[in-house]
Amino acid sequence: MINTKVCIAGVELKNPVMTASGTFGSGMEYSEFVDLSRLGAVVTKGVANVPWPGNPTPRVAEIRGGMMNAIGLQNPGIETFCARDLPFLAQYDTAVIVNVCGHTAEEYVEVVERLSDEAAVDLLEINISCPNVRCGGIAFGQNPDSVESITREIKRHARQPVIMKLSPNVTDITELARAAETGGADALSMINTLTGMKIDVNRRTFALANHTGGVSGPAIHPIAVRMVYQTAQAVKLPIIGMGGITSAEDALEFILAGATAVAVGTANFRNPRATLDVIEGIEDYMCSQRVEDICSLIGAVK
Amino acid sequence: MTPKKTMLRAAVCSQEQIADQIFSMWLQADSIAAEARPGQFVSVYSNDSGRLLPRPISICETDKEKGRIRLVYRIAGKGTAEFSGCQAGDCLDLLGPLGNGYPPDCCQAGRTAILIGGGIGIPPMVELAKQLEGKVIAVAGYRDELFLTDELAQHGKLYVAVEDNDLCQKLQTVSDGNYCGTAVHGNVLDCIRENHLNADVIFACGPTPMLRAIQTYAKENHIECWLSLEQRMACGIGACLACVCESAETDAHSQVKNKRICKEGPVFAAEEVVL
Repeated sequence: MINTKVCIAGVELKNPVMTASGTFGSGMEYSEFVDLSRLGAVVTKGVANVPWPGNPTPRVAEIRGGMMNAIGLQNPGIETFCARDLPFLAQYDTAVIVNVCGHTAEEYVEVVERLSDEAAVDLLEINISCPNVRCGGIAFGQNPDSVESITREIKRHARQPVIMKLSPNVTDITELARAAETGGADALSMINTLTGMKIDVNRRTFALANHTGGVSGPAIHPIAVRMVYQTAQAVKLPIIGMGGITSAEDALEFILAGATAVAVGTANFRNPRATLDVIEGIEDYMCSQRVEDICSLIGAVK
Repeated sequence: MTPKKTMLRAAVCSQEQIADQIFSMWLQADSIAAEARPGQFVSVYSNDSGRLLPRPISICETDKEKGRIRLVYRIAGKGTAEFSGCQAGDCLDLLGPLGNGYPPDCCQAGRTAILIGGGIGIPPMVELAKQLEGKVIAVAGYRDELFLTDELAQHGKLYVAVEDNDLCQKLQTVSDGNYCGTAVHGNVLDCIRENHLNADVIFACGPTPMLRAIQTYAKENHIECWLSLEQRMACGIGACLACVCESAETDAHSQVKNKRICKEGPVFAAEEVVL
């Protein structure tokens, strides 16, 4: 008998595998391919206080070993989300993590307060690291002082535990991790996408209408593993590791580097059942390596 | 009822080049063929793990008896170049059928439809022409080389528009025998006007400027019109919000003025979208 349960800020997950925000909607579309009850958690696409229209198209481009996106946090707003998406997710036996976005501290707080009465929400993930919106998002995530103050402000209003999602587009991510910890964060998600640019040489223009976009996929995996490892050495908070996971091996690297849980993102676009393949692969690994408790793997590589 | 989507590894039954850069491939894809409707598409995945994103390709024809689908596509980059090298027996991962096709009931017997395809927007018109109960007039617009004229002529009257002057002059002396009258030099709307074509409903797929012109034409002439749109996609199933188009009204799902081409589309009523 193997134990795949992990715990993030007092919330027990049946396994450490969740979806990365923005790649899985609120699970509805993927539920045709994946029994959501098998997932450790569903992390929703970012939701704001009001509907956001997002960026112009094209919003995605492929790169070797990954992709770039500049969706721009299009979302239907918190009211529609609470009326439609939360009841849908509540049908499943999985933890629900709502990703929250905003342009200002007040907008984040408005969403966090609106969610405080929603019993279906287990955890909040605060997106202070989206590279594709001008104000809010990454503007909060690149400066330790602002990370600390927005974390503190959100913690003051949040009923659920708060995960701060960190940007890799900084000189030293451990400084931001420490700032979130000082501000009272319960956990960290890392990493968001790396800012990149792709030029279409035939049309001699930018591949994305937004010019820049966030790079994700296998190409960023070693960078993310390194940052999770460094951060695990720097703070005591549980870490949800993500960046280019397509297999159980990729996920286990994060866990051995210090992550308590992992999120699968871009891989869903190549294989709608990618999350399940990762879960099954972790179980196979534990059986063949005679690992009884997955928690014994967390940070096992020093 | 939305058709059930499946992901499967499909064997290539046959592949041939039918024009410059344009290929036709039949694939064994039983569950997709069983569910597919005209105007739907499939996500085709590369066998190269370095190319992650699926290529959305419209379904040109389905053979429900044999469980096969036909894809006619243009080489637009490395992914489609890879597909064009596949031979009988090679396999590709497919997800489909995706999106909503053309509404099946809007051209009953007794009505007349004009099916307009521009360039690589022509392929989905083949299966639609096959399945419509009403009278079919096909108008195909080409740049410099004809393709799929046999298939379109089998199911209705075909008219062709050609942009390239040399090809047009050649066609005006030697027709390929499939299309009515003479090839028109110009675009699909020039062709409709020159041949005085009229219909109760228009179905169109092709480049955005063509669709925009057809949208205006249909509105001015009070003709019901359905347009199939295209955009860069990632998930293909409505989750990632990459492939949106502007909508005339606030969309129920997005709560803003845009719709997902892969989910609410790719076929839209002309008045629903802003091009």
